[in-house]
Amino acid sequence: MSKVRVLVGTRKGAFILESDGKRQKWDVSGPHFAGWELYHLKGSPADPNRLYASQTSGWFGQMIQRSNDGGKTWEAMDNKFVYDGVPGTHQWYDGKPHPWEFKRVWHLEPSLTDPDKVYAGVEDAALFHSTDGGKSWQELPGLRGHGTGPRWQPGAGGMCLHTILLDPSNHSRIYIAISAAGAFRSDDAGVTWKAINQGLRSEYIPDSTAEVGHCVHRIAQHKSRPNTLFMQKHWDVLRSDNAGDLWKEVNGNLPDDAGKRGFGFVIDVHAHEPETIYVVPIKSDSQHFPHDGKLRVYRSKTGGNEWEPLTKGLPQQDCYVNVLRDAMAIDSLDSCGVYFGTTGGQVYSSADAGDSWAPIVRDLPAVLSVEVQTLA
Amino acid sequence: MISVVLPAHLRTIAGVSGDVQLDVAPPVTQRSVLDALEARYPVLRGTIRDHVTQERRAFVRFFACQEDLSHESPDAPLPDAVASGAEPFMIVGAIAGG
Repeated sequence: MSKVRVLVGTRKGAFILESDGKRQKWDVSGPHFAGWELYHLKGSPADPNRLYASQTSGWFGQMIQRSNDGGKTWEAMDNKFVYDGVPGTHQWYDGKPHPWEFKRVWHLEPSLTDPDKVYAGVEDAALFHSTDGGKSWQELPGLRGHGTGPRWQPGAGGMCLHTILLDPSNHSRIYIAISAAGAFRSDDAGVTWKAINQGLRSEYIPDSTAEVGHCVHRIAQHKSRPNTLFMQKHWDVLRSDNAGDLWKEVNGNLPDDAGKRGFGFVIDVHAHEPETIYVVPIKSDSQHFPHDGKLRVYRSKTGGNEWEPLTKGLPQQDCYVNVLRDAMAIDSLDSCGVYFGTTGGQVYSSADAGDSWAPIVRDLPAVLSVEVQTLA
Repeated sequence: MISVVLPAHLRTIAGVSGDVQLDVAPPVTQRSVLDALEARYPVLRGTIRDHVTQERRAFVRFFACQEDLSHESPDAPLPDAVASGAEPFMIVGAIAGG
């Protein structure tokens, strides 16, 4: 029988939640790396027992951990992330030039085919990769070397590269997203990059349709339609059907928020229905909690614009948590499972594509990331 | 032998349970002690001082003999009591938060 393994990164350690395909009873292990911030954990699609974890601390910096046995044991790997050449500057919050400084790894994306190859999205925004299972890291400098680099600036959470999508149909194509620079695409395996922000409108920058400067929160893709991308931006949910060359807003009937719609952090796609997408609307960029104290996942079965709130099993009063950008995941069982974690320490799961929900755990530290592996 | 006290998180990372004893050739300085520590436990590289600049991380402090040596030159001799092993060189995670 199939199993699922949910990898949860929190402010105070990592947790691994495992269940059989029914997804009703769960075994919880952790905290792993107790007391450290676990920004992200992810398993290799090519070897599900190979896991990578970003362990970080304001005191002691960055650690990269690797497991070869599905998280039972871990080994510290190389933690040296050094920008290629002279790092140069980007914009600081006050608009002045600020040197690029490595702070932490936000996201780890293992190769689709090689367990020893993994990409790391870091703050200050850059893309690194390892081809030896994390024993060493090298920057792919063409991204920061994109001519717009000196104009990038941090969002409230820092200038982080938080999304890495590897195109399953074209191994030379990579998408990344940076807060607050925008989305970028490489068609040559990360050597050169193109900003793909046409169609984005952001009222919080002087030129609302600028080439860069947009606070993209997350991008998602279905493996069967690699040219279709879905984006959760600071405000607005958008889609592109031409690999990011042009985006259009699909906020539709998402909750009204003082005349605007579509603020949130997560977005993901159903495992078997490429036009079924999920978001968690959050009230405004200054409040960061669900509308009306009701935790609702919104699902669109039409690729956006037409949304339905999913509430069964989710708290519908006095709920003021947030759901951060890396904290939603989808399994690939026949009845698609959806998972998300909150800053209140709950991890919710749905074994019926979002129709109903139940908490797997209720009282973890604030959840930073959720990933799920579907195991044979 | 130089005795080094690590904060709990770094003891876990290094896989040690108590103080670390190090042979350090004179002159005994912050730099020579940290070099010896990182040579013994490479996993600690980057956790106490920056990989590139070798500067102390902002929230890490160095104490010895009831003094805060954090702002001393990394090449200044440590107190004789540390060099002789009578007193430990303490690496401390700064208190922060609430």
